[in-house]
Amino acid sequence: MFLDFNSEKPIYLQLAEAIEDSILQDIFKEETQIPSTTEMSVSLKINPATAGKGMNLLVDEGVIYKRRGVGMFVSRGAKKMIIRKRKKDFYDTYILALLDEASKLDISKEEVITMIERGKKE
Amino acid sequence: MSTITIEELTMDYEKNRALVHITLTIEPNKIYGLLGRNGAGKTTLLNLLTNRIFPTSGEIKIDGKNVIENEQALSQIYYMMEANYFPESLKVKDVFRWTKEFYPLFDTAYANELANKFNLNIQKKIKSLSTGYHSIFKAILALASNAKILIFDEPVLGLDAYHRDLFYKELIVVYSENPKTIIISTHLIEEIADVLEEVIVIHEGRIIANHSVEELLASAYQVSGEAEKVDQYMIGKQAAGQKMMGKYKMVTVLKKISKENEEVASELGLSFSKPELQELFIHMTNGQEV
Repeated sequence: MFLDFNSEKPIYLQLAEAIEDSILQDIFKEETQIPSTTEMSVSLKINPATAGKGMNLLVDEGVIYKRRGVGMFVSRGAKKMIIRKRKKDFYDTYILALLDEASKLDISKEEVITMIERGKKE
Repeated sequence: MSTITIEELTMDYEKNRALVHITLTIEPNKIYGLLGRNGAGKTTLLNLLTNRIFPTSGEIKIDGKNVIENEQALSQIYYMMEANYFPESLKVKDVFRWTKEFYPLFDTAYANELANKFNLNIQKKIKSLSTGYHSIFKAILALASNAKILIFDEPVLGLDAYHRDLFYKELIVVYSENPKTIIISTHLIEEIADVLEEVIVIHEGRIIANHSVEELLASAYQVSGEAEKVDQYMIGKQAAGQKMMGKYKMVTVLKKISKENEEVASELGLSFSKPELQELFIHMTNGQEV
């Protein structure tokens, strides 16, 4: 799991996203235990309060849950939940940015579509 | 709980004033970074906190009790000093034993485990330790002390990258297992920025910032782009520092980003970014105050 410390994004958000990525890639499977806040903060060398903030965000969203005295687990249905949330963000983060950059470069809508089709094939 | 309160602390040496009216609260169970340039007054502050020296005026209290000659308050603190203070003829393992006498909670097993991890031979005499291993030896004493308040003055002095990494990790382990107040004075800001929760910046004997890392980073921004446009944007604003590369210019402003400013900058085709802690520190201690 890697964090980009030069990124504009706060570390706790990056950590939450990195955990989500791992769930999407089946590195952390549903109903299995994930590393503790301490393990995360030690291996990433970040303040435990920061790591806790990232984990709590996912607990609040229902992506992971705490088993008392045992640790953190990936919720059943977590993958679906993440995909649903990320699809919503996809339009704002990627499509709008793509169209914005395309207009700066004077790339037409048709050219963008052609490029997408080319990308799909490759 | 061990709250440290510092009130109106002033320290005069014969010819110069090291600390000027410092008022500060250090909350329990947080990791603090004490940052300042050489001669800013960091070590003086730490020496006062631990009753190594006496203030000219002002007070330091732990949980409401003055630290001066207060054995009980002081026994809660373990202070890793930058200076060397152990008899040179003693062996590392002897110092472990003596430390246990003064700090009954000292965890000898953990100290030995750390010595192993850092490859420190405990049969060695203090005087035969290299600069790096001297730091390691002192850091191990602090990490294993089990004190409620750990103070580190330049803990990674002379340590190679591997050992610095190991130190930061062990520090987080110790902190996570047993919450405690940790104060670290260091010049290697970039490495430790993400480990810290709070930052105290001391400059020429005065506290110029005392915030959470998050708040501090949010209190400044950088704006960059074509030099002329940046200058235009900066009219009526104060720059804390700037970088030029040909026609490109980046300026650091010690103010929060506002919606209006963001709009003005975007109209000019400029981009905003967040400074890193180390860069912000350089600008802050370059004569400018926040």
